[in-house]
Amino acid sequence: MGYLEVVRQLDDFTWEIPRDAQEGMRVPGVVFADRALLEKADADNALQQVANVACLPGIVKASLAMPDIHWGYGFPIGGVAATDAEEGVVSPGGVGYDISCGVRLIKTALSYREAAGKLREALDLLEAGVPKGLGTKGRLRMGRREMEHMMARGAKELVARGIGWEEDLEAMEERGCYPGADPSRVSEKAYARGRDQVGTLGAGNHFLELQVVEEVYPLAERLGLFPEQLVIMVHSGSRGMGHQICTDFIQIMGSTLGKYGYRLPDRQLVCAPVKSREGREYLAAMACAANFAMCNREAITHWIRECFERAFRASARSLGMEVLYDVSHNLAKFEPHEVEGRNRMLLVHRKGATRAFPASRPEVAERYSRTGQPVIIPGDMGSHSFVLVGTEEALRKSFGSTCHGAGRQLSRKAAKKKVRGEELRRRLEDRGIMVRAGHPAGLAEEAPEAYKDVREVVEICEGAGLSRRVARTRPVAVIKG
Amino acid sequence: MEHTADVGIRAYGAGLGEVFRNCALGMMSLMLDLEKVRREKRIRIEAEAGDREALLVAWLSEVLFHVEAEGFAFGWFTEVELSDEKAAAWGWGEPLDPARHGLKLEVKAPTYHGLELREDGGMWVAQVIFDV
Repeated sequence: MGYLEVVRQLDDFTWEIPRDAQEGMRVPGVVFADRALLEKADADNALQQVANVACLPGIVKASLAMPDIHWGYGFPIGGVAATDAEEGVVSPGGVGYDISCGVRLIKTALSYREAAGKLREALDLLEAGVPKGLGTKGRLRMGRREMEHMMARGAKELVARGIGWEEDLEAMEERGCYPGADPSRVSEKAYARGRDQVGTLGAGNHFLELQVVEEVYPLAERLGLFPEQLVIMVHSGSRGMGHQICTDFIQIMGSTLGKYGYRLPDRQLVCAPVKSREGREYLAAMACAANFAMCNREAITHWIRECFERAFRASARSLGMEVLYDVSHNLAKFEPHEVEGRNRMLLVHRKGATRAFPASRPEVAERYSRTGQPVIIPGDMGSHSFVLVGTEEALRKSFGSTCHGAGRQLSRKAAKKKVRGEELRRRLEDRGIMVRAGHPAGLAEEAPEAYKDVREVVEICEGAGLSRRVARTRPVAVIKG
Repeated sequence: MEHTADVGIRAYGAGLGEVFRNCALGMMSLMLDLEKVRREKRIRIEAEAGDREALLVAWLSEVLFHVEAEGFAFGWFTEVELSDEKAAAWGWGEPLDPARHGLKLEVKAPTYHGLELREDGGMWVAQVIFDV
C-alpha cells in the first residue's frame, strides 16, 4: 500500500510506477485503470506486486497490469511481463498454477426464444454429462502413452479420436497445439494428478454457462454473433496436471535461484534463465499443460454438443455449435514484438491476462484476418460476459494483451459473510438464471458482489485501446464446479 | 485469513512438527469437513526440500498430491517428524467420498506468497496462502 503517492498519470487510463519507486526495479510499472480501480489495486497490495515483477531479470519495457488487476501470489492477477527470449528469465509464478486456464465460447444457431423451452432439460443433461467439482473423474480413460501423445500433439489428437471437430482447431491459439511440448519433462506426480481429469470442469471459479447475446457492436456479425443468440461459455484449465507442474518447477527453481545470483522481493517470483536447463524444461512441461488444458476444454465441448443433441433432438452441426474462440489467460508465449524500434523475440507472461492480437498478426487464424483475434471475457456469476477483439494499439501498449475477467474485489471469506449461498441461488433464479452448484458456500464465494463490475473493466480496456467490444452476453443458466 | 484472490491459513503449534501437522489439517479443512472423515487407513507422507519454508510448502504439496492423485481424504495426521531437509508423518483417513465429506474448495497449491514460519513467544506460527 502507499504507491498512490508515487504513481504518475500518463493519460486517462494509464498510470506509471516509476523505476525508482522500489529498489531493484529494472523497468517501470504501467497500470491500465481509472483512478477508482487504481485505488482499489493499491489498497489491495497489487501495485506492490507490479513493482516486484519489474525486478525480474531481463524484463523488457515495463511490468504491466490490466484493469482487472488484483492481489495475486507473486505476480498480480492481471499482470503481463515480457522478458527477453535470449537473456531474460521464465517465471512459473508468472503463468500460475492453473497453466492455460482459459475460456471458450461455443455459438449456436438458436435464439433464446427458440431454445427457452428446452433449456432446463439441456441443463439437467449438462449437469450429469460434464463432470465437475472436487474429486471427480472425467469420462475419458487414457493410458499413460495416450496421455503423452495428447500432451505432445494437443487437441488434434482428440479430434483424431472423434472428440471435437477439425474446424475447432482453427479457433484455438496455436491451432490447439502449443509448440515445444515434451511429455518426458512432466513429473510422475503431475501424470498421477492429471490422470482421468481430461474433460472435467474443476471447481472454484470454473464454470459452464448458457448465455444470451444481449448487445452487439459493429464487428459482431462478422464473428457470427446476433442479438438474442444462445451461446455457451466454458471456463476451465489444466486441472491437477498444471497445478503439479507449477508446484514442481517452483521448487526446482527455488533451489537453483542462488546459482544465477538472482535476488527477488518475493519468493513466489522464482525464475530461471529462459535458456537454462530448468527454464527449458519448465517451458516444455508448461506446453504439455497448455495442450492438456485445450484438450480439456475440447472434451468438455464434445460433451456439451452431445447434451444439446439429446435436448434439442438435432445434430450439433445443424444447431450451429461452432467454437468462436478458445483463449488462455495464464500462459507464457514466445512472440516477436517491436521494442524501441527493434523487433525482438520475447517471452510474454500473461497471468490473468488475455492475448488480444489485431488482424495483422500472423498468429491470428485466417477466419479472423479481418476482425482481429476474438477475446472471451467471463464476467462474474450472474452478470455479463463479453466478446472483444484485439487491436493494433494493444500490440504497441501491452504486447497485445487485455484483461481476463472482472477481477475479484472481495475475499472469499468476505463474500461468504455478505451473501449466503441459498439466498444467492434464489436471487439469481428470480432473475431467470438457473443455477446448479456443488455446494452453497462455494456459490457464495463467487457471488457478483465479490467481483468488480466487468462492464467497467471492459470499458477501460477499450478506453485504453487494448481491445474493442464485439458483444455482451447475459447468463440464463450456470453450472459451477 | 483473508486474501482477495485466494485463501490462507494461520496455524500454531508448540513445536515445528505440530505446526506442520496443523497446517496440513488447516489445508484439509479448506477442502472438506474434517469431522466427517473416518480414520480407516493410514498413508505415509514424506517430503524433502532445501530449507524450512520450502519444506513446509513441499510437505503440504505432498499431502495435496495424495488427496488428488489417490482420491484420499485425510482427517488426521501424526506429529510431523522433521530433520533439516525432510518431513514425514502418517496421514489418517479414507477414500474421498463427495457425498459424505462435505466438499468445499479445490486447492490447487500452497504458495510461497506471504509464507511465514516463525517462533513467537515459545509458540510456532505459520501462515500459508493457497491458490484455489
